Amino acid sequence: MSQSTSAVATDTHAEHHEELSFLYKYILPIDHKIIAMQYIFTGMIMAIVGGYFAYAFRMQLAFPGDLVPLYGLVGPGEYNMLVTNHGTIMIFWVAMPVLIAGFGNYLIPLMIGCDDMVFPRLNRLSYQIFLVSALVLILSFFVKGGGFGGAWTAYPPLSSVAEYSLTDWGASLWLLAVALEFISFLLGGINFVTTAMNARAPGMKMLDIPIAVWFIVVAVILFMASVGPLVAGAVMLFMDQRVGTTFFLPSAGGDPLLWEHLFWFFGHPEVYVVLLPTMGIVAEIITVFSRKKLFGYRTVLYTAFATGGLSFVVWAHHQFIAGIDPRMANVFTVTTVLISIPLAEMMFSYIATLYGGSIELKTPMLWALSFLAAFLIGGVTGIYLGASAMDVYFHDSYFVLAHFHYTFFPITIIGMFAALTYWFPKMFGRMMNETLGKIHFWGTFIPFNCIFLPLFFLGLAGQHRRIYNYDHFPDLATQELQDIRVFATYSLIVMIFFQLIFVYNFFHSMFKGEKATENPWKSNTLEWTTLSPPPHGNFKVLPTVYRGPYEYSVPGRDEDYWPQNEAPKKS
Amino acid sequence: MSTHGPIATHRSATGVPSGRLAIWWLLASEIFIFGGLVVCFVLFKLNGTPGFEDASLTSTAAGAINTFVLLTSSLSIVLAHAAIEKGDSAKSFTYIWYTIGGGFVFLGIKAYEYTGKILHGHTLTDNLFWSFYYTMTGLHALHVIGGMVIMALISFDIRKGHNYQRVELIGIYWHFVDLVWIFLFPLLYIANF
Repeated sequence: MSQSTSAVATDTHAEHHEELSFLYKYILPIDHKIIAMQYIFTGMIMAIVGGYFAYAFRMQLAFPGDLVPLYGLVGPGEYNMLVTNHGTIMIFWVAMPVLIAGFGNYLIPLMIGCDDMVFPRLNRLSYQIFLVSALVLILSFFVKGGGFGGAWTAYPPLSSVAEYSLTDWGASLWLLAVALEFISFLLGGINFVTTAMNARAPGMKMLDIPIAVWFIVVAVILFMASVGPLVAGAVMLFMDQRVGTTFFLPSAGGDPLLWEHLFWFFGHPEVYVVLLPTMGIVAEIITVFSRKKLFGYRTVLYTAFATGGLSFVVWAHHQFIAGIDPRMANVFTVTTVLISIPLAEMMFSYIATLYGGSIELKTPMLWALSFLAAFLIGGVTGIYLGASAMDVYFHDSYFVLAHFHYTFFPITIIGMFAALTYWFPKMFGRMMNETLGKIHFWGTFIPFNCIFLPLFFLGLAGQHRRIYNYDHFPDLATQELQDIRVFATYSLIVMIFFQLIFVYNFFHSMFKGEKATENPWKSNTLEWTTLSPPPHGNFKVLPTVYRGPYEYSVPGRDEDYWPQNEAPKKS
Repeated sequence: MSTHGPIATHRSATGVPSGRLAIWWLLASEIFIFGGLVVCFVLFKLNGTPGFEDASLTSTAAGAINTFVLLTSSLSIVLAHAAIEKGDSAKSFTYIWYTIGGGFVFLGIKAYEYTGKILHGHTLTDNLFWSFYYTMTGLHALHVIGGMVIMALISFDIRKGHNYQRVELIGIYWHFVDLVWIFLFPLLYIANF
């Protein structure tokens, strides 16, 4: 790290040819594939932490006041800490690192046909900052007062005044961790966009870029444009916490609503920041496993641009009851309902891709299809919430909670499994076990619905969020409602149990699985034209691109796929 | 196969060198950070938040001198770039150090201003105006310091004949730091409505 990380024409180190030591290969790598693994494994470990937190607070909701096995007693403060950090971890330390940083790192150079990221050492630095941010977050659970419990939205003054939050250092460390994570992804994002723009293989035009790469790039740009004001806001909140400024403190002229605007100006585009990579991953999978060209490549791409643009003008639908001007609520209702149009268009394109295809229900395809089905429910319930007239009643109820879990669970968990099962042969050079993969799929997808579908009904029955024990609320402490809570909790435990099958399948296949060929799924994109796993430097001969990524079942060809780098026959 | 780092680094499908492209993206993300602060400041000001009349207490003269110093230092980094384009690394080295000198003068005047204000009791926590004043100028000063450090590293690098393209990159960054000041100066020093 003695030198800065920009393009180095005169830099001389010949790592292409020499065997790297363990330290430089796995601990301080500059190879994008190893850095991708670092992100993905860190993200998966954090997913275990986030899942463990969910288990602990769901047990408290099902059996209030009882000792939770493997956890202990969940008191009110502890409950707040668990839900806050469950949300924070799952979004910032699972969805972001796995879907964007992890698969972005792995796929961008391979899919555009070059040997690495444009700035490999910047890439390594961004992972290191990310790792520090994860450690700071974990540290925050163990300081005096415990971890932060003011919800992942961190509304002041609860988050800014230690006497209110009772987590003096927990709140500050939480904020510091989130800010470090933002910096890590800003650095990484600059690298991703520059790489995708500049390092494409010869012949790869803008519309020959696989949708997965396009969507990661769009997501990164959305992130860069939306997170800036929140970085400023985080500085202000941190100073409110530690220095005694009053940016968000109404008693001294500050404005807590300002934080909400800064937070949601980032927070809503963030939904699309994590959605788009999964949408891209799904596009790759459904074309391969239905052997069809993606329906409307340009349409899909333009809908992503439209979604990205609109995502900047919908944020206040999170604040309909926060005291904003009702006339403003009307405007944001309109924009919020509008944003469903490009997304619906995208969904229809995907469904049209499936129509008439030779669909092969391999595990990755099951994940991809279940993503479309589950996300559809998440999207449709979002339209209810976008309408301010209804949101006034639904706000902060379990209906909202069920809605966003029907968006974020498909995006994060289903998207992660889809990508892992699809690219596993490329990443580790071996096939995963199909039978175990399918058992794991059904053992995840069915319990997922059993957890969150009932929560819609709880929400409609008036169950408010962020309450650790409903026994204190006679209207909500009825046996019927409690039965639903218990059912959801049991479903969660079933789902967690089935993850053990995935862990076994993952590690067993990594070492003992059937050897994978270069292109086991008969796919067109460039990553499948090199060895599995790709060597350092990715390609023996860097590819040249002759066509788009989705030329499946082209009439007049013997094969039903047509790799992007296959030179056209001379006629 | 090249042994000079990855091939990806030297590709340029857009025709713009990757270093320049990355700097522009960095500045794009910076615009949103400073933009967020500026918008918050303006909204508070338009709402007539008490304390914002303290803008009249900032020294317009000191701010104006600093504007002049910073703009002049931008000129010298342009001259450093022009010199390195011609391959004259010694001349470029000198101009880079003129720019760093400009940064020191800027920070010196800033420190003088801070001292005066703090001695009059206008600290970070005095009221919202001063909170914004120190946060915005402080964040800007951190960017100035960061730019100076990187410039110093680059100056020694080019003297050894390495990485000439980096003079242009730090120049683009330095112009951005300038531009942010051009926004901060009228907001914090001149606009006393």
